[in-house]
Amino acid sequence: MTVLLDPTSEQSPASRERLVRPDRLEGLTVGLLDISKPRGDVFLDRLDERLTQRGIVVKRYMKPTVAKPAPVPLSQQIGMEVNLVIEGLAD
Amino acid sequence: MSKTIPQNGLIAVVKRDCPTCVLAVPVLGELASLEGITVYTQDDPTFPEELLGGVDDTDLDVSYRLGIEIVPTLIRFQDGRDIGRTYGWDRAEWERISGFQGIGAGLPDQRPGCGAKNVEPGVIERLKVKFGETGLDSRRVSIGEDEDAFEAMFERGWSDGLPVVPPTEERVLRMLNGTSRDPKEVLGLCPPNLIPATVEKIAINAVMAGCKPEYLPVVLAAVEAILDPAFAMHGVLATTMFVGPVLVVNGPIRRQIGMNAKGNALGQGNRANATIGRAVQLVVRNIGGGRPREVDRATLGNPGKYTYCFAEDEEGSCWEPLSTDFGIPRGTSAVTVFAGFGLQGIVDQKSRTPESLSRSMASSLRAIHNVKLAPACDAIMVVCPEHERTFRNAGWSKARLLEELHQLCEMDADPMLAGAGGVAEGLSPKMAGRTVNKFRPEGLMIVRAGGGAGMFSGIIGGWATPGPTGSLPVCREVKS
Repeated sequence: MTVLLDPTSEQSPASRERLVRPDRLEGLTVGLLDISKPRGDVFLDRLDERLTQRGIVVKRYMKPTVAKPAPVPLSQQIGMEVNLVIEGLAD
Repeated sequence: MSKTIPQNGLIAVVKRDCPTCVLAVPVLGELASLEGITVYTQDDPTFPEELLGGVDDTDLDVSYRLGIEIVPTLIRFQDGRDIGRTYGWDRAEWERISGFQGIGAGLPDQRPGCGAKNVEPGVIERLKVKFGETGLDSRRVSIGEDEDAFEAMFERGWSDGLPVVPPTEERVLRMLNGTSRDPKEVLGLCPPNLIPATVEKIAINAVMAGCKPEYLPVVLAAVEAILDPAFAMHGVLATTMFVGPVLVVNGPIRRQIGMNAKGNALGQGNRANATIGRAVQLVVRNIGGGRPREVDRATLGNPGKYTYCFAEDEEGSCWEPLSTDFGIPRGTSAVTVFAGFGLQGIVDQKSRTPESLSRSMASSLRAIHNVKLAPACDAIMVVCPEHERTFRNAGWSKARLLEELHQLCEMDADPMLAGAGGVAEGLSPKMAGRTVNKFRPEGLMIVRAGGGAGMFSGIIGGWATPGPTGSLPVCREVKS
């Protein structure tokens, strides 16, 4: 029998349960996160317009750079201020 | 005879292959007569014939448990404790340990011993594994006797697509002999899963990549560099662009481990070049969990994502090594990591003046990514000997060449605007009437490498997100 040493982290990434989708947006605060990809603002501006027309509270956020994960303070701020987030992933 | 180590009395460990052990045989006979002695033989149980042979320790179990390093070793045991030992032949010491004066009459006073078999490379690791004293924490994965270890590793997803060397405990222990660093030391958090990258885990992946133990310090320095947040390994991995870590090695370690900085420096055929770069990629894959078509979202990738590592030809260069650009003095071994891809050739066989050649090089540099995009990325220009000669003869320093290239890469924006020339790609209309540079001020690096014939330099392009908001090149000293 050959015994090898495990080259991996020995842990499967914890799979996270998704939050239950809300039935309706009315009464919720929606975050729009611009990840700094080109033209993400075009998409998010339009969503902002549509959501605001429906009386839904919208808050806007922006990552400093697309190249790095969001700074922890920004993630925490978003987590505290909104019920759900929409982000534009690609240009 | 039993292999139970006596609780009391004299013990000697010897081997026939050691002239000092052969020399000491009459003394062993004397001690056998005077008090009795247990003699363990590492290589030939018939030795010493004068004592009708020793206790067979060819499996070296007793030698390992006694911690023998030199033969002959004479030990006095009392109540199961080692209360004194001596190595080689030294009459005064043997008299002290045995308590008998005047032994070994006719022998010289001293003779150095020989290395014990149980500490020979390959043997000590086997014994540590046998006695469960490896000190290694990683999970053991057993491969069945009828299972092919190479296939089993593919199936577990441990491979980059090429066969990997099975990381047995013995191999990993030997790999760790290449560094004085603690196997438990954490070099950083490895993206994307932000797993602590320990020296032990990196050594396992270095074994798999095919590294020799003496390459490990370079691998460790490179891993430290890619895990520096300034390098932004997560983004370099996750981007849809082509890039991966490109490693440039400077300093004496290049020659100590036989790296190639000359002909075909960026190509195949040199074990150190090939396996060091591969080890870094396997670290990200196996420790960090960064795999193609998962978090690695590359559209095309590039062949350098198997391995991309080469040495600078410092001895052949009139310029300071790349590592000195990062404040590391010449003569100190270091690795620079750069988020780069592929190789774009610069073919110029006619330029004989630095002015012509720098213009020629700049025209190729301006084409990186797209001739209509600027600033585009950082880049490494690998200058071949026959091109470097032109600058050397004209007395151009590296700083001078970089300055000239930077000026030559300052371009009118108008022909590069989106839509200009019938090409939709290009700069924002806001740039109309202005100039734009292909590189940020520190964005171009120069390395000298390659074979003596051929006027073919190369450009290693970079990620579209260079600089502090994206990936910065990072240089780390190689520590033993």
